[in-house]
Formats: sequence, structure tokens, C-alpha cells
Amino acid sequence: MTVLERYEPLVDDAAAFRAACRRDLPHVVRVNTIKTTVERASTALAAADIDHEPTAWHPGLFVLPDDQPGANWPYVHGWLHGQEEVSAVPARVLDPAPGERVWDACAAPGSKTTQLAALMDDRGCLVGTDPNIGRMAALRSNAERLGVTNLALTHEDARVHSLSPFGDRPYDRALVDAPCSCEGTVRKHPDVLDEWNIGTVRSVAGVQRGILERAIGATRAGGTVVYSTCTFAPEENEAVLDHVLDVADCGLVDFALPLEHSAGVTEWDGETFDETVTRAKRIYPHQNDTGGFFCAKLEVGG
Amino acid sequence: MGADPGEGNDGDRFDRLPATAAERTVEGRPTREAVLTWWDDRFGIDRGVFADVTFWERGAGKVWAYTGDLESPVAIEGLGMVALRARQEHWKPTLEAVQRFGTHASENCIHLTDAQAATFFAGEDQDVDWDGDWGYLVVTHDLAGGAEPLGVGLYVHGELRSVVPKGRRRDLG
Repeated sequence: MTVLERYEPLVDDAAAFRAACRRDLPHVVRVNTIKTTVERASTALAAADIDHEPTAWHPGLFVLPDDQPGANWPYVHGWLHGQEEVSAVPARVLDPAPGERVWDACAAPGSKTTQLAALMDDRGCLVGTDPNIGRMAALRSNAERLGVTNLALTHEDARVHSLSPFGDRPYDRALVDAPCSCEGTVRKHPDVLDEWNIGTVRSVAGVQRGILERAIGATRAGGTVVYSTCTFAPEENEAVLDHVLDVADCGLVDFALPLEHSAGVTEWDGETFDETVTRAKRIYPHQNDTGGFFCAKLEVGG
Repeated sequence: MGADPGEGNDGDRFDRLPATAAERTVEGRPTREAVLTWWDDRFGIDRGVFADVTFWERGAGKVWAYTGDLESPVAIEGLGMVALRARQEHWKPTLEAVQRFGTHASENCIHLTDAQAATFFAGEDQDVDWDGDWGYLVVTHDLAGGAEPLGVGLYVHGELRSVVPKGRRRDLG
């Protein structure tokens, strides 16, 4: 059985799923509203003769059918950031407001972090954490190129994230875009399937549980935590949620997602999960012609 | 907890700039007042633009701009963006700070054609007419109907030297 065949029982249309996973992904850019407006970025792309098609669900997210994002004026001004379409989902679900306290627990290389900063209008306390110093350099470079000034970076294991540099005050919102086995990126990185093995799935699931527990612990009662991955593996998705529902004071909440998607699954490989994991959303590549993704929204305490 | 008198600059943490020289405890550290005055004097950027921005030093002379407020010192990996290089005769703004705050600049801004801007952003020096001050300039060009700050140039001897960092250069010609 191939890696993707493993997930076909979860999918409504296995043939469409297989076919979509084999197709290349188009390039997508997000307009960085810290530095410009969607309208001006569109004008600049048009002036550079770059076709750009707006996505239906996200303002300022453009598909570039014929071009790569990097070599044009609006890009070098930091008006654009190359970001896969589904990668723009979790920051929108977290929906931070200017002035809030927000933690991005797995921040590098920064697509979602900088999107959070833009949603916050570059105001409020945004903390980004990553354990890998090389990836952190990429994060800092992206944040500076996009003109982000409200971001503080910590180099540490998110599972033991310390609030002490930030006044020991909990966050209003936290994003856990967890490290994962990444099958959902197969259209960009076909190698992920060669590197896949069940041992990695099990060990990374332990890391995911630890980071999500810390994020819940670091967020105030009534605050929001979003958990996302780019894997189809229920071990790394619903099973992780099922675990934190048992051990932490939190609950899954429903949310609107204007993309075609499927509900989280309550059974997998002989295991059953809490019924509320159906409030999480699975996005398969054939549903919107994107990468694959998983996203859940939790409310902390109370 | 503030820095002790006579303590040097520590490259592993961010220290908030003292408000004024009277509050300075680390020799040579620029003050917030000096930074605000420099942006205003050199580039005509009103100090109100930085009302919510705090300035920090990590690495000798590297001044970081952070929108927010934390207890100083703070030992973390990043805090906002590197905004300028001080502790040298001519302070130098970063490309990132000029792109972020340079829309408010009214002095020492040199406006280039797209062809000149492409030469500049490729990292190449070029002869350009300029009858203003020598030194670091905000380089602008037209984009989407307005003059937009692109980066920092060093004007000397009739030549605009590109100081675009190697990692940011692109061939847009």
C-alpha cells in the first residue's frame, strides 16, 4: 500500500484525490497589507504584465498561473509573499485583532507569522518561536522584508515555551501549525512520500501533543488556539485533538471555512476519537485544487 | 532591571535605548532622542511616526525597531527589525526600515526611473544627478501610481552607490 492509498478510505473520491496529488501546484501570493493595499498590489502586478487571479475566499490572495513570485517590483518592495493557498487558512481562523497578544508556536519560515502580523496591523505583541536556528534566520528575513515590526522571536522548544520575557502574561490567541509528516505538500514536494514512515508519524505526534498542550496552557481562559498541519494522518490530527481534550481544559469549536472541505474523522485504525473532532476540517487536494491541510479551532477553559 | 554603569553592549540580548543622554549607562549607546532626531534631521521623518516604536540595541551599533514594549533587557532571538547602524560617524538606515518608514521621508530622497531603480536593486553603482547632500539617501521610484521607497543608496562623488544587501538584490532590468 502506498502512503496516499492509506488515506483513500477517508476520501469521497479516491480517483480525484490520486489525480490531484500528481498535479503541480500553481504559484500563489498573498498581498502584504502592512506595506500596501490589495488594489495597489494588483495594479503593480498588472503593470508588470503578471497575470494574477484572485481567490474567491481570501482577499489579496492571488494565483499566478504563469509566473513565479520572486522577480518583480511589488515583490521586492515586500508587497507580496509567496504562500500556498491552504497555508493561508489557519491565520484567518485564528483571526487576531490589532493590539492582542498572539503566539505562533511553530513560526519558521514565517508565512503564517507574517500573515498574523498583517491581520494585527503590525500592532500588539506577536511572539514567534522555532527550535531551528537556520529556519529562524529565514523567518527573520521574511519578517523584515515584509516590514513586520511587532514580532518578537524566541529560539526554543515550543513545548517548554517561557512567558517570562513577555511579562508572564498569557496570550489571547495561539497558533500551532505543527511540524508533521507533510503528505499534504506532495504536489510541491513529491519526496515527502519517500521519506514517510509510521515511526516518524508516531514520534512527531508526541511532539504535536506537547506543543498543543503548551499553547493551551499559555493562552488565557476564553482565548483561542488553532491547531493545523499539512498531513492527512489522523494520528497527527484528530488523535492529537482527542488527547488534549482529555488532558487540558479546552474544547473544539465550530468555525466557518469558505473552502470545500470534509469533517474531522472519529475513527481510524481501530481507535475512536471524541465526537467533537468532527468540528475540525480536512482539506483534500482535489476539493479546491490546492495542497492538503487540516485545521481545528479550540477555545481554552471556562 | 537596567544595565549597570560601565557595562558593555551584550550581543546575546536586547537592551532598550535610554531615552536621553542623562539616562545612558552604557558608553556609546545611542539614545532614543538621538535616533528620533536623526530620522527627522536626515530624512524629514516626523518623530510621531515612531510614537509606538521602541528602539533597542543588540550587537554593537545595531539598532532594532519594535512596535511594542517589553521589560529591558530581553534575551531573545529577534525584536522587530534592524532599523539602523549607529556607533559610526554616519548612521546608516537599513533597506527594510526605509521600505517600512520611508514613505514618511521628505528630505534626502532621490527619485529614480525604473531603469535606474533596476540598476540600483541589482547592486550596481551608477552616475546620477543629485544636488543635495552627500551620504545615505532614501531611494524611491514610481510604483502603482506613487513614489515608493525601495532602499538605501550612498551618494558620493557624483555616483549613487547601491548598498542593497546581497541577499536582497534582484535583476529586474
